[in-house]
Amino acid sequence: MGNLVTVGISDMKIVTGDDMLITYALGSCIGTCLYDSVTGVMGLSHILLPQSSLCPTDRNIQKFADTALKQLVLDMRAKGAAVGRITAKIAGGAQMFLNNSLKIGERNIEAVTNELKILGIKIIASDVGADYGRTMHCHATDGKVLIKSMSKGSRFI
Amino acid sequence: MDTTKIENLNSFQLDVLREIGNIGAGSAATALASMLSDKIMMDVPVLRIINLDEVTSSLGGPENPVVGISLSMSGDVTGLLMFIIEKKFFELLSRSLLNHENQSLENLTEMETSMLMEVGNILAGSYLNALAQMTGLKISLSPPDLCADMAGAVMSLPAAMFGMIGDKALMIQEDFIGEDHITSHLIMVPEIDSLNNILKRLGVA
Repeated sequence: MGNLVTVGISDMKIVTGDDMLITYALGSCIGTCLYDSVTGVMGLSHILLPQSSLCPTDRNIQKFADTALKQLVLDMRAKGAAVGRITAKIAGGAQMFLNNSLKIGERNIEAVTNELKILGIKIIASDVGADYGRTMHCHATDGKVLIKSMSKGSRFI
Repeated sequence: MDTTKIENLNSFQLDVLREIGNIGAGSAATALASMLSDKIMMDVPVLRIINLDEVTSSLGGPENPVVGISLSMSGDVTGLLMFIIEKKFFELLSRSLLNHENQSLENLTEMETSMLMEVGNILAGSYLNALAQMTGLKISLSPPDLCADMAGAVMSLPAAMFGMIGDKALMIQEDFIGEDHITSHLIMVPEIDSLNNILKRLGVA
């Protein structure tokens, strides 16, 4: 078995071979798993907020959908991935507290979907929205992504 | 000088906030004891400024199931107040208040949900009353909103709100010791103007 690499909040990592990536308990955040099946290069980003313009002084590009995904694609290319082959699986974007009017989850889904479209990357599977948290466990050997939740069980996407 | 970020608070300002936390915790413990008709002792509450990642680790890791009760503050102080209730605390509450024995955080009943919201309401009210009395500021609370899930997912709401301000949270951790030893976590996300308001009123801005 390969190594299990943890991706924190506002973080991203890249692995290859038989390594795995995991990001825990996505609520309104979104995990985006990008994968090039030919080279086996896999990247996982965990974004907190939709747009970097929400906090102009914040330098952490891994925190926002619009800046994180661009960077992840660049970093994956540096490791041999080709943009034309990269596909995406996304999870998260829940509305954890039903009465909260910020709707961060919904805005994150929209921002990630939009950014992937700009980058020309197709979303081949997703498990987003609703009102529960998800852990995302990604396998670089075959691109499979296991979604685990507390009350809704687990499934591969 | 105005404080622009939570992490810029000096140790004197923190002491003052800690003291308010103390007084609030005292009245919260009293309220809790009368609800549970039990003798509750409390330890000196710990006020910490921590990274959001550390919040989930002090809650037993990101996947540990917890209940989060969120209330928004409005009036002279605006922002979010969130109580985190861990499994042990939840079990104690449903045993004492509802006579429920086989509770599970994973599938809350309607009765458990409404009991938890009420407890959150009472505890949050105790803290805010202490703050309001000491500062003379008017603070109102919204009705509580509840979510039971993995700690990391529950924390994503304050994380997103903090994320727009900074990456640090103001957390009051309080240990209540009755029959069991239980810990409550109160996370406060005041908007920066509100924090400055509080400090000014207390004469430590």
